[in-house]
Amino acid sequence: MAYSEKVVDHYNNPRNVGSFAKDTPGIGTGLVGAPECGDVMKLQIKVNLETGLIEDAKFKTFGCGSAIASSSLATEWLKGKTVDEAAKIKNTDIVNELKLPPVKIHCSVLAEDAIKAALTDYREKWATARAAADSK
Amino acid sequence: MGNHIVTTVIEQRAGLDVCKRLERQGFEVAYVPVQPDGLVDVETVRKAVTDKTILISVMFANNEIGTIQDVAAIGKLAKEKGIIFHTDATQALGKIRVDVEAMGIDLLSCTSHLIYGPKGVGALYVRRKAPRVRIAPLIDGGGHERGMRSGTLPVPLIVGFGRAAEICGEVMAEERTRLAGLRDHLQDVILSNVDEAFLNGHPERRLPHNLNISFAYVEGESVLMGLNKETALSSGSACTSSTLEPSYVIAALGASAELAHSSIRFSLHRFNTAEEIDYVGQRTLEVVKRLREMSPLYELAKEGVDIKSIQWKAE
Repeated sequence: MAYSEKVVDHYNNPRNVGSFAKDTPGIGTGLVGAPECGDVMKLQIKVNLETGLIEDAKFKTFGCGSAIASSSLATEWLKGKTVDEAAKIKNTDIVNELKLPPVKIHCSVLAEDAIKAALTDYREKWATARAAADSK
Repeated sequence: MGNHIVTTVIEQRAGLDVCKRLERQGFEVAYVPVQPDGLVDVETVRKAVTDKTILISVMFANNEIGTIQDVAAIGKLAKEKGIIFHTDATQALGKIRVDVEAMGIDLLSCTSHLIYGPKGVGALYVRRKAPRVRIAPLIDGGGHERGMRSGTLPVPLIVGFGRAAEICGEVMAEERTRLAGLRDHLQDVILSNVDEAFLNGHPERRLPHNLNISFAYVEGESVLMGLNKETALSSGSACTSSTLEPSYVIAALGASAELAHSSIRFSLHRFNTAEEIDYVGQRTLEVVKRLREMSPLYELAKEGVDIKSIQWKAE
């Protein structure tokens, strides 16, 4: 398997590896994939409840180099975006940026799923708190 | 004339795919399972034999896990039943003793490139008497070699194959001890330093140059990516590395699909040095440690969460 330079770079120097405590205000967590499929991604966002911007993002991934790179790239892209902007990140953007071959497209799909799951979790937990901040 | 073949679930794809094709042509094939150590129980083979069985085909040693089958016992069973016995000795030839007479082998296939010979040539041993094995040619056009095959052969490749086999015969005893020593050292370094790393295959009945380990919580391909600048390892057989499926051999041992996704095969060769093996061992420890630090499964396990208790949404 020949990896693109960008995949190799994210694999060797993954951005934003780590975890946030799940219950901290503004944290949204997505856990997608399955061990038996060979890919599991955990992606977390940290939203500033005052501004509504994603201040930070972290990931941990069990999977091949392309899965690691897809989730690493996703965390880079998430930072500084609003939740609504983040929801617009598409797997095809990741495929193009990392030049993923056809057999690795599912890695980008999983990264998009992880973003969506983290956003959903954030909304479920903190949308009320965020709305309260806006109405102040 | 029967139409039944007995083989195993861990045969190399060259064996399994032929059986699949024969099934489409009307043959019936029994794929016998293996034990958790990769050994085929001879009694399981016996039970799979029917009055229609014409061929038993069991690989001599497995390409992924190196487990060496009790070929002589299977050969004996085949003789008792009057069934032709084929073994795929591709991995075993030149590495360990292979004796068609003592082991009751009627047909044996092997290849040059796995014994340091040129690529593009292999051999099929066909027993001439007791019993005489008759085979139908795959290629027609002149009926050379008593009608078994036709066509002009690549003499340089054959000579190279022969010479490679000769060298194996000369150095095998010494090489076997040396490689097993290096392999055991690599195994010790890894298993004594990595928690939840599991040896795949039989600990003793194993090819001297083979080591196959599953590293829980990290995916095999990502481990390879960390090692492949300097080494040529595989996370399964080369024949299936184009697929995303986990190793069917490791899965056949009863391992979880997750562990089958986490297996790495180390194959040592004649020209490896102790320094190289030390280096691979240390690099493996580093890569696995780094990948576990970024593994959500390792994190969950460390928190005491049973990974199997989570409702994973498989795609």
